[in-house]
Amino acid sequence: MNRVFKEEKQTGQAILVRQPRDIDACDGLIIPGGESTTISRILVNSGMHEVIRKRMSQKNIALMGTCAGCVLLARQLTDSKADVRLLEAMDMQIERNAFGRQKESCERSIAIKGFSTLYTAVFIRAPVITKIWGACEILATAGKEIVMARQDNYLALSFHPELTDDLRIHRYFLEML
Amino acid sequence: MNEFDISKLRHGTDLIKKGFSKMQKGGVIMDVTTAEQAKIAEKSGAVAVMALERVPADIRAHGGVARMADPTIIKQIIDTVSIPVMAKARIGHFVEAQALEALGVDMIDESEVLTPADPFYHIDKRVFTIPFVCGCRNLGEATRRIWEGAAMIRTKGEAGTGNIIEAVRHQRMVTGMIRTLKTMQNAQVQNVAEGYCQNYVTSFKTLTNQDADDKTVVFGSYTYSTLKKEMFEVLKETKELQRLPVVNFAAGGIATPADAALMMQLGNDGVFVGSGIFKSKNPEKRAKAIVEAVAHFDEPAKIAEVSKNLGDAMLGIEISTIPKEQLLQERGW
Repeated sequence: MNRVFKEEKQTGQAILVRQPRDIDACDGLIIPGGESTTISRILVNSGMHEVIRKRMSQKNIALMGTCAGCVLLARQLTDSKADVRLLEAMDMQIERNAFGRQKESCERSIAIKGFSTLYTAVFIRAPVITKIWGACEILATAGKEIVMARQDNYLALSFHPELTDDLRIHRYFLEML
Repeated sequence: MNEFDISKLRHGTDLIKKGFSKMQKGGVIMDVTTAEQAKIAEKSGAVAVMALERVPADIRAHGGVARMADPTIIKQIIDTVSIPVMAKARIGHFVEAQALEALGVDMIDESEVLTPADPFYHIDKRVFTIPFVCGCRNLGEATRRIWEGAAMIRTKGEAGTGNIIEAVRHQRMVTGMIRTLKTMQNAQVQNVAEGYCQNYVTSFKTLTNQDADDKTVVFGSYTYSTLKKEMFEVLKETKELQRLPVVNFAAGGIATPADAALMMQLGNDGVFVGSGIFKSKNPEKRAKAIVEAVAHFDEPAKIAEVSKNLGDAMLGIEISTIPKEQLLQERGW
């Protein structure tokens, strides 16, 4: 993200957020990949979950969730028993680990709305968006599966833009701030 | 997912394997022996579980040959939790690794905790679709494992002891040597790389009673000249990054939240906890405390807070009381 700030000649800085007070300095928040159960636990226990929800109600924060982060932005999961507390930012339903286990993880070229050329997406034990409604808009699919969506200034991706050098998604998020 | 055009998918690439490891960063991976323990680990915030038949402390006590776990146990654990499931194969036992991959395990630990199967070679990890983690005591072992295709490294420590000293030793050995690389010219780094290749050459000599030259195939399908070139590349990247080019966890002896935070402050990216959790008085509370300690490793007040009232930690073993031939860290090269 810092590379994008530099290339776009924008003032701004990406910082690592580990405590609720770190969020106060941010206009946007990227919730990265990892395990959604673990990240959810850390968000709730540290008080960050509450702070993000408050900023959402004040409509003054942009959010991007990748993979596990995408799960957390959803309003509901297909597996209602999962031990994950959602941020309920977007009108979408998510299936966790929808591609199966690690041996099914893959790289794949996808078309993203508004991008002139294909984008190589890295799916690692990735979730998919099984359903959207309301103001939620589909930005990309892989086959019939929805893998990228936007609602207001919230962006959800089931893949990992942080693992490749293609910075178009980072730029796209910067424009949302 | 039947509508996927399979021809356009690329599975098991280096990026996918290393990406998977990166997703574990900042997390705790816990040894579990039953589905019930796996559930507790997941609930406590583990990023993954290691499915085993016995934790290292019990392997040590049990003696005999330690092998891959019964697939029934692994499958039960896979079916119980949504976090990744890892399992251990013996050093060099590529058929155990094939079986684990077929079972749907997400990552294989080629582990010195089990009895080694091959006196000459570790597994050629590049031919697998799923990623591997391997142990190391120093930069040489780490570099060889990365070259062989490991997507994650863990410092070996001394498993099943509840004693952190060996984990600290190995992490300091790795980081110390990485700092030394910084002061070296490329020609010197090349010499170090060639030194790291000698184990493969020795194996070749022992097996064939012949000397190896540049064209000799010394490991998998790789010639000695390729080996030297690529070993140098791994070291050069390590020198430039001033860290290992893959995720590096701590393992072998972590018993308390402070132990876990110590390893994080020494530069590890996360921790494996084996016997430390389910050999303690209150596994669930200790598991949660270690997860918190890793997430907040540089906040002393937090470490103090989560260390309160955990009940007895595992008793632990003084390393000098273990006969040298029973040290697990000596296995592999």
